[in-house]
Amino acid sequence: MGRHVLLIEDEPHIAEAIRFILNRDGWQVSTHANGQDAVARVHATRPDVLILDVMLPGASGFEVLSQLRAQPETANLPVLMLTAKGQGRDREAAERAGADLFITKPFSNAEILASVRSLVTP
Amino acid sequence: MPFNILVLASLAYVIFLFLVAFVVERRAAAGAARWLRSPLVYTLSLSVYCTAWTFYGAVGYAARSGLEYLTIYLGPTLVFVGWWWLLRKLVRIGRQQRVTSIADLISSRYGKSNLLGVIVTVICVVAATPYIALQLQSVTLSFGVFAGPTADGWAMPDRDITSIWVAGGLAAFTILFGTRNLDAKEQHTGVVTAIAVEAVVKLVALLAVGIFVVWGLASGPADILSRIQSSEIAEWQMKPSRWTGLILLSAAAVICLPRMFQVLVVENSDERHLATASWAFPLYLMLMSLFVVPIAVMGLELMPEGSNPDLFVLTLPLSQGQGGLAMLAFLGGFSSATSMVIVAAIALSTMVSNHVVMPLWLSLRPARAVSGDVRRLVLLSRRLSIAAVLGLGYAYFRLSGGSEALAAIGLISFVGVAQILPAMLGGLFWRGATRAGAVLGLTIGFAIWAYALFLPSFGPDAVIPARVLAEGPFGMGWLRPQALFGVEGIDPLIHALFWSLAFNTAAFCALSLMSFPGPVERMQGAAFVNAFEDSAAPNWAQGGADPEALLVMAQRILGEEEALAFFEAQARAQGKAAYLPDPTPAFIEGLERRLAGSVGAATAHAMISQLAGRAAVSVEDLMAVANEAAQIMEYSARLEEQQEELTRAARQLREVNEKLTQISVQKDAFLSQISHELRTPMTSIRAFSEILMEGDMPADMATGYARIIHEEAIRLTRLLDDLLDLSVLESGTVQLNLGLANLREMIDRALASAGHTRPERRFDIQRDPASEEIFLRTDSDRLTQVFINLISNARKYCDAAAPELRIHVRRKGARVTIDFIDNGSGIPKDQQTLIFEKFARLTDQTRAGGAGLGLAICREVMANLGGTIGYLPGQGRAAFRITLPLRLERAAAE
Amino acid sequence: MKAPLFLARASYRRRRLRDAARLLPLVGAFLIWLPMLWGKSDSTARDTGMDVIYLFVVWTVLVLAAAVLAPRLGGDEPERTVTEDEG
Repeated sequence: MGRHVLLIEDEPHIAEAIRFILNRDGWQVSTHANGQDAVARVHATRPDVLILDVMLPGASGFEVLSQLRAQPETANLPVLMLTAKGQGRDREAAERAGADLFITKPFSNAEILASVRSLVTP
Repeated sequence: MPFNILVLASLAYVIFLFLVAFVVERRAAAGAARWLRSPLVYTLSLSVYCTAWTFYGAVGYAARSGLEYLTIYLGPTLVFVGWWWLLRKLVRIGRQQRVTSIADLISSRYGKSNLLGVIVTVICVVAATPYIALQLQSVTLSFGVFAGPTADGWAMPDRDITSIWVAGGLAAFTILFGTRNLDAKEQHTGVVTAIAVEAVVKLVALLAVGIFVVWGLASGPADILSRIQSSEIAEWQMKPSRWTGLILLSAAAVICLPRMFQVLVVENSDERHLATASWAFPLYLMLMSLFVVPIAVMGLELMPEGSNPDLFVLTLPLSQGQGGLAMLAFLGGFSSATSMVIVAAIALSTMVSNHVVMPLWLSLRPARAVSGDVRRLVLLSRRLSIAAVLGLGYAYFRLSGGSEALAAIGLISFVGVAQILPAMLGGLFWRGATRAGAVLGLTIGFAIWAYALFLPSFGPDAVIPARVLAEGPFGMGWLRPQALFGVEGIDPLIHALFWSLAFNTAAFCALSLMSFPGPVERMQGAAFVNAFEDSAAPNWAQGGADPEALLVMAQRILGEEEALAFFEAQARAQGKAAYLPDPTPAFIEGLERRLAGSVGAATAHAMISQLAGRAAVSVEDLMAVANEAAQIMEYSARLEEQQEELTRAARQLREVNEKLTQISVQKDAFLSQISHELRTPMTSIRAFSEILMEGDMPADMATGYARIIHEEAIRLTRLLDDLLDLSVLESGTVQLNLGLANLREMIDRALASAGHTRPERRFDIQRDPASEEIFLRTDSDRLTQVFINLISNARKYCDAAAPELRIHVRRKGARVTIDFIDNGSGIPKDQQTLIFEKFARLTDQTRAGGAGLGLAICREVMANLGGTIGYLPGQGRAAFRITLPLRLERAAAE
Repeated sequence: MKAPLFLARASYRRRRLRDAARLLPLVGAFLIWLPMLWGKSDSTARDTGMDVIYLFVVWTVLVLAAAVLAPRLGGDEPERTVTEDEG
């Protein structure tokens, strides 16, 4: 159980890379490319892990995460955040918004795989 | 003496006055009245100071209070002997500014403020009404004296009937001669001459009675002196406070009383007349006072106990069987009363009309101020005001029952008008006096006067309850009307005079020091204080006032002939042959003053302003004022300038500071943006290269991933290129490749090149190739780069279903304008200034691989090409405009 | 604008006359005010006959002085310079 990942990322090439890496490890990956209906998509797909980019069209990853954390069904959903800005400020903002893990782009394939795995292993 | 003869005599006298006024008026109109405007007539007309209160009342005053009555005439004597100090300046200003009344003077001095005009008018009307009632009473009483002893069937008619006839007759006379013409400045010749005649009559009458008393009843001056010594008048005590206070009070009154101001300033036709009046008027006053004590002494001696000393002048000759002399005395008293009422009515009606009726009408019907027949309206409003003023006096007389209480009203009235003194003196001698100060001072002084003197004068429980008089309002002892702040045991009149003037002056000075005058106020202040310096009065340009419209308006107010003559003279002075002068500031200002002579300064100012198409002094006027009236502004202007400079410097500093903060914020944002833009392609490259390194995958898949790596590498390169490009452009070290190029070809090239962006969209391009046939000397590659950017943006972001792009070229002199307008929804107003900033991609909706540097680069390119690029707002669609020079010189590029 | 230091005799005279004209009301006020100081010493009634004569004499003197001064003060020359030192 617990093999379903929802990836919210607007860069198609990055999304494709992550999907390839996780698929090979046995994960089922759904993707979504914008911020505004991301929350609805989470409720619809009920993933075991959420991978969330910060810079999204429509609404930022922080906003999406805050909304998710405010709702009981998704308050404890494991979330991994991705950012391309690479500033300490973003990391703090992610923690404040309630992210479980935080990875700066570019990342190694092993790094992202280990992070996703760690989120479902209690 | 039969009563009917008396009535006939007074009627004959009135008809005689009518004839004098009428003939003089006719001769003045024919221009033959020069001798009528002599210093002698001027001096005699000043005698309106001596009313029935003087003629009858002085004797009564002397019988009651000894020599104290002299204070009422010594004060004015000092003012006139000292004419070089004050009167000369007052008359000069009155003529310079064409002042129509004392209210107009104050209003004009303090920036042509109508509020002040209204306040002064109210003070004057309230103070003068009882005084007019007093005159009506004296005439009625003197009729009664003659009616009393007769038993031949001519019973004394009802007192009220007498007074209403007197009031009505005076109103008719005043209206007839006081409002025949409009310009108060020079047209009351008839009235003034009639007043002068009356002055002679009253002086002759009083002297005749005096001579009869001294040489007829007593046996000469020595006898009179000894009789004085033995009479009860000798018992009088000189109270220093009253002696000093009343001299000051009468000195103030002689310049502040509306009727005195009227004859002294408004009716003055030649400043040199004042030099004569400076000694002749005191002489007149002295002669009027000379026999007062002898008449009082003889009256007390000869008349039965309890007879009214106020009527000794009349009753003494009558009791001695001197019917003719008594008749003369009666006419003297009649003259005193009528001359006062006529002049006061003219003065008050001018104020009421100019400061209350006209402004009201102007504000109610502003459009008609210029087009309607103002002349008739002003005359009508003056006539109604005269009737109203006399009506008020009559009403007061009836309501107060014509009682003894009226006798005290003369001095009470004086204290009322004396409230104008601080504002007037301050206005004449102190440039720092401001409107706010004058308003506050006048209001406070007037209020204290009303509370401490005027209202209590009606007696306890009449207006102010006896309890309040005795214990103060709400038991506050220190607010007792006649013992303010615990000052007790002083004569109530002096008490009120002291407190009202003290608070008036203090408030006036204090607020003047604290407040800041407006520009018109400062201008007028300088004109008043420096009335004797030859500098032309400051003025301001009136912009687009149309001389013809001005003429039409002037004709409505001054009359056709006169207005035309004035305009012609002005035109000639400007060296023009035509009727209409140019609307120069000097001319406009002259016209305003001329009109002010008819309708008052504030109204004239408002009318001229209206015609010049503005309601108040505008910013341009202020600039003009600053330029033209350098000597007014001198010091304060410089201060103000420095202040402004400081403010400007502070503002600049603040702006620079804000900009620096902004730049620092922008720099952080820029770095963070670059980081993001670099890391994004890097992420894909790294991920896929790791995947490829692991090997064991189908060849077509590996090729696909390799292509992704390739694309992202190109994207990375393009980003770095853009950044480098931008930094070169921004630093201004870019190498331009100048040459002649055809604009149409450049646009063709750009369209072809931008076609690669979203090639699936079909764009309808609208062009006018003919207008594009322009050869530009510029860097064609750079310019084409800008075009490509704009066209690509349109392709990317235009959200219309059937997208169109219109390219519109126009040549304007040495510059070319190229507009790119699509039919999309455009850019929201708040973001229009942002789009040319780096990384300012508005929404990431349609990310097409750009990093948001395109428009920033365009802006830098255009700056380097000597042109501009901007967003055209207000088109309802996305529209960019490029402007650039036809021929770019190398120097301009560097 | 500075006044010339040395003025012609006539205009110097006129300036002094103007000073006199300015002084006149002050002198008058003093003289009129003076009777207040009299008659306090003896407790009896004041000599009103003398007061009358005194005040009318003062009055006449003022009128005469003003009549003498008024025509000689000159017309319209600017008032600006009243602080000259010599003549």
